Amino acid sequence: MEKRVTFRGWMLPLLLILPQVVISAVFFFYPAGQAIWQSLFIQDPFGLSARFVGIDNFTFLLSDPFYRASFVTTAVFSVLVTLCSMVPALFLAVLADRLIKGSGVYRTLLIWPYAVAPAVAGVLWLFMFNTRVGIISWYLGTLGYDWNYVLNGGEAMGLVVVASSWGRISYNFLFFFAALQAVPRSVIEAAAIDGARFWRRFFTIVLPLLSPTTFFLLVVNVVYAFFETFGVIHTITAGGPQQSTTILVYKVYADGFVGQDLGSSSAQSVILLLVVGLLTVIQFKFIEKRVHY
Amino acid sequence: MRKSLIGALLASATVLSPLAAYAETEVQFWHAFTGRLGELVKAQVEEFNNSQSDYVVVESHKGNYSETLNAGIAGFRAREQPHILMVFEVGTATMMSAKGATKPVYEVMAESGATFDPNAYIGSVKGYYTSTDGEMLSLPFNSSTPVLWVNRDAFEAAGVDPDTDLSTWQKVGETLTALKAGGEECPLVTAWQSWIHLENFSAYHDVPFASKHNGFAGLDTELMLNGEAQVKHLSAMGEWARDGKFIYTGRRNEGGANFRSGECALFTESSAGYAGIKAEAEFDFDVRPLPYWDGVGNAPQNTIIGGASLWVLEGHDAEEYKGVGEFLAYLSSSDVQAKWHQDTGYLPITAEAGEATRAAGFYDENPGTDIAVIQMTAKEPTANSKGLRLGSFDQIRGIIDEELEAIWAGDKSAQEAMDSAKERGDTLLRRFETANN
Repeated sequence: MEKRVTFRGWMLPLLLILPQVVISAVFFFYPAGQAIWQSLFIQDPFGLSARFVGIDNFTFLLSDPFYRASFVTTAVFSVLVTLCSMVPALFLAVLADRLIKGSGVYRTLLIWPYAVAPAVAGVLWLFMFNTRVGIISWYLGTLGYDWNYVLNGGEAMGLVVVASSWGRISYNFLFFFAALQAVPRSVIEAAAIDGARFWRRFFTIVLPLLSPTTFFLLVVNVVYAFFETFGVIHTITAGGPQQSTTILVYKVYADGFVGQDLGSSSAQSVILLLVVGLLTVIQFKFIEKRVHY
Repeated sequence: MRKSLIGALLASATVLSPLAAYAETEVQFWHAFTGRLGELVKAQVEEFNNSQSDYVVVESHKGNYSETLNAGIAGFRAREQPHILMVFEVGTATMMSAKGATKPVYEVMAESGATFDPNAYIGSVKGYYTSTDGEMLSLPFNSSTPVLWVNRDAFEAAGVDPDTDLSTWQKVGETLTALKAGGEECPLVTAWQSWIHLENFSAYHDVPFASKHNGFAGLDTELMLNGEAQVKHLSAMGEWARDGKFIYTGRRNEGGANFRSGECALFTESSAGYAGIKAEAEFDFDVRPLPYWDGVGNAPQNTIIGGASLWVLEGHDAEEYKGVGEFLAYLSSSDVQAKWHQDTGYLPITAEAGEATRAAGFYDENPGTDIAVIQMTAKEPTANSKGLRLGSFDQIRGIIDEELEAIWAGDKSAQEAMDSAKERGDTLLRRFETANN
């Protein structure tokens, strides 16, 4: 039976949701509204004059082949980041879950990278893979591989994906680990008695039971890849070489804060908002149907 | 005035400064210098503060050039702008178009009554920062021009005579081949590729980089960097990149680390690289004029400047502007300029400072430090070599960087890449024209 708590009157419930409403209004609706408003103007950098141009900023963007290419770059980047941060996290969580002793230590160690800010993570990886002083570049060199992410777009993409995923593995690990602990032991034991080996038990029992967590992480990680990876890209490649790591959110920054073109930058933010909104709707409509709660 | 986080931070910086006294008028100065250059700016400010008791200049570092400009603009929008803002030469067109946000330097100087002679500045520097009717809009601060740095030890090691003639790219090309054959892994490296190999290249060969006198004559300018001369040079560079004779290290001055550590034989970089190279290089180096293609354009014409100037922003009290005027007059004095030139390798931007430096025997003790000056001032600038004044130029440089990377990687021919750079850059110029009309 579902339990329902009902309030008498309107005042108390309103008061209780007020903080959340205020926070959403100040930090989300107001800036989002500003972005939509500014996307309709072409402004000079100092804000001395603004000219209303309707949807010109949007047509300007969408007619630019380099902007359209940035969608593909973003898609490749987010798929890779989501995969590279979820698969290892699940693997590590399964291993940590099997430990009888000392899982606390592993857990703590595995969560550490999450405490590192994306920009700092970017610098750490940059140090290892720098073409001149990077230790891994040096090893690759001794193996005869000419590592040069400064000119090779594929290598640059690989590097920013790894640097963006690394800290994220910790976050995902935490959720997977908690979810694994909640899987009822009796079901697994029953399967074991029936002769199912570990990986068979994992794929037929554990993984389906993890699906709510997996779905949640999928949504959260895609949003992360879209919005929060800016620091990594800024410190490692600044969008280059050519435009091989220029994802949509990086272009918002470059046009807004380097180019001082607020109109175009705002229009890009609006487009980005629509894309992520759409993606989330799609995820909920089609993937959630396959999730077992 | 509204207090914001920035204001609070500045206030706390002031409290920490032993020189601050609240009876004095405060002048905020935002700049982009760190490290050795940051220390030198700090020393200048301190000397000015100690020299009089009416004004206190408070300097604060706001990040790299782009970030400093951005901080100034954000400050202006929030009505927290500094009095003096350092803006790199690339941002000049943006600042010039921002009438109502900036207060021209000639006006500040006239109102403050400080002694100031705009004609003391050398022509090629002054020309960059004056309006079409000859009024000085911002105060030249640090200016440099690209030169060729030579690692003499690397030449010896590869069996190439370090005194070999490197005046033209034809000769540099032959030398690169000889260096490579002699086992040199990194014959040539560069910093600031667009600035050196396109912007200065065009001025030096007296070919246009953009129409309308490189933007000086109007906002309706178009890029012309896909001309024959530029394409010839970039094709040669592209070939050198493929043969491993030119090593690409990045869009900014990443190559400096490679050169200073002794890995590379030749390095095209700003004359202001001097301080760093002198401090770090454990090899015998010398400096040569930037090479040119013999027979292309009118080379050698003159090279143009890079660096920054100081802009005064609107929205402060008359008394504070007096302090600004005093400080700028101090900065432009010959002693301060001569010291700055000798310490940093930036150009002596007043004629007097150059003469004082020569008279003090500095060029005899540090041979080659006057090459940049000669290279810039040997000929009267033409319409193609006065400088560049293009809107959204920071972004256009980004586009140029991308297209150059396509050449170095062998993805595009020099002609294809520059045609594309022109097309993409022109779109931004048109947008800038719309926004500032």
